[in-house]
Amino acid sequence: MKIIVLMKQTFDTEAKITLDGQGKINRQGVNLIINPYDEFAVEEALRIKEKHGGEVVLVSVGADSVQEALRQALAMGADRAVLINPEMEEVDEFTTATILARAVSGLGYDLILGGWRAIDDGSAQVAGRVAEILDLPVVNQVTKIEIEAGKAVATRDIEGGNEVVEVSLPAVLTAQKGLNEPRYPTMKGIMQAKKKPMEKKNLADLGLSADQAAPKVKVLEYFLPKPRAAGKILEGEVPEAVAALVKALREEAKVI
Amino acid sequence: MDFCIDQELSLMIKTVKDFVDNEVDPVSHIIEETDRIPEDIMKKCKEMGLFGLSIPAEYGGAGIGMVGKCLIYEQLGRTSNGFTTVIGGHTGIGTVGIVESGTEEQKRKYLPPMAAGDKIGAFALTEPQAGSHAANIKTTAVRKGDKYILNGTKHFITNATIAEVFTVMAVTDKSKGAKGITSFIVEKSFPGFKLGTVERKMGLKGSQTAEVIFEDCEVPAENVLGRGGEGYTNALKILTNGRAGLAARNLGSMQKLLELSIKYAQERVQFDVPISSFQAVQHMLADMAVDIELTRSMVYRVAWMVDQKMKVIKEAAMVKYFASEAYCRVADRAVQIFGGMGYMKDLPIERYYRDARICRIYEGTSEIQKNIIAAQLLKDYG
Repeated sequence: MKIIVLMKQTFDTEAKITLDGQGKINRQGVNLIINPYDEFAVEEALRIKEKHGGEVVLVSVGADSVQEALRQALAMGADRAVLINPEMEEVDEFTTATILARAVSGLGYDLILGGWRAIDDGSAQVAGRVAEILDLPVVNQVTKIEIEAGKAVATRDIEGGNEVVEVSLPAVLTAQKGLNEPRYPTMKGIMQAKKKPMEKKNLADLGLSADQAAPKVKVLEYFLPKPRAAGKILEGEVPEAVAALVKALREEAKVI
Repeated sequence: MDFCIDQELSLMIKTVKDFVDNEVDPVSHIIEETDRIPEDIMKKCKEMGLFGLSIPAEYGGAGIGMVGKCLIYEQLGRTSNGFTTVIGGHTGIGTVGIVESGTEEQKRKYLPPMAAGDKIGAFALTEPQAGSHAANIKTTAVRKGDKYILNGTKHFITNATIAEVFTVMAVTDKSKGAKGITSFIVEKSFPGFKLGTVERKMGLKGSQTAEVIFEDCEVPAENVLGRGGEGYTNALKILTNGRAGLAARNLGSMQKLLELSIKYAQERVQFDVPISSFQAVQHMLADMAVDIELTRSMVYRVAWMVDQKMKVIKEAAMVKYFASEAYCRVADRAVQIFGGMGYMKDLPIERYYRDARICRIYEGTSEIQKNIIAAQLLKDYG
């Protein structure tokens, strides 16, 4: 069983987001982690491999810094990693999915796993797009996966209950919280991870031109949420206070 | 000079810190109340390979050098020191003797299960009449055929209740004094091995300390560790190696106390302002940070010297002495910043304060460290 895990490196969940002088997100000094939903996917891939045998290959798009996240997943037990650096200022979901699909198709696969979304941009598009490009079925937000001959039975959360989906392999499945509890890398695993293969590629290595992968979406502006102002306490008798509240909601907050 | 930490060690630090902060620290009050480490935490530690840190890879360990070990110990110090001691006592004094002085057969037999954490190691030197005066031990070992018969009582033995493999120092030739002491690998299952009283301690809950009694305890002759008559030298070597590790554990605890203290000082309002705006509090934080930074510089330099196989008798004594005294100062200031809350069991500050106190005593008191430092100085410059 050859399992591909699509992985993204993101800011730490506790990272403080700031903008630099150019109005771009400041990456200086920010702790980077494996996107938590992708970490569930890595763990699930390892569990499937431990049960059914096979190989777990990590694929990621990003700069050299992503190696750190890939090494962590290799230390958890993945077999090898492929990192494609698009060498672009900005990428969008189209760019990432186009590159991933091309890289993955060259690797061969029985199952493709990923997180259902990344915690940074939260667009939840990439895995679905990869499935579309590769003409594969996709099951999103799964909380349980069972592999049987040539197919997967996946349980996914739906409003007020669960849905059990049977899908033929190969397929793309995206991980939701609750799928598993990711293991910690072992100390020995960390030592061994440096000997595991990590291929670094660029667009040309995949036979893609910059135009073919050029983003379709352009970010116009980033801005931070307005700092929360201090609350206001309306004094006086209830009827007057209510009147003042309605006035404030209408004229100051402009919500009614 | 290069102070960079390589990628593997960085990942180890991150992994252990995540584990300690997210899994161990939230149950530290349970460790404190039950005086034991919860099973699932022990299991995860074993799976992560924390019990095999310093055991060479060919015997199932991670084979990490002293710098790496100290970096990991530092993270382990960020929570219940009892937890830290269960791992530190095993990976330090509990296994180092076999790693450094064991025969090939001894290593093959004992190290793999010890690296996996399936068998915990402990170090048994101290006796009621032999604390700082370690050469004054009374436990005897008499050769009888292919066995040694051990008789005597060890006390204050760290992790004794969970350990299965003990490095034991006993007198084989009384006439030779310190040179008549031999070290042995003694298994809990050997006939004549008994656990005595489990001590009630001020701190370090989770790591139990007990008496170990040998009553005609039969130890196979092949379990002599190192050469006969070198037991005292072995013990000193084992303790020397452990000193930077102990300091690294103290470092992690101090760092945690500083983080907690800064956060609290910024939140706690008195006289309508956060107490962090008072210079008196700021100076306490500054003093804590200086103690931490000095300890950090020393720990990693000494650890590096150990990895370079340099002689560290004096430096290891210095770092053990300084770190344990610094830890007590930092813990004291943390209690002061937290005020009344620092004295309450609802917060972990008082626990660190109690845990810190033993560091100036065990594995060689501060006074003994000063003796070692002075003796080396007089030798070096004499």
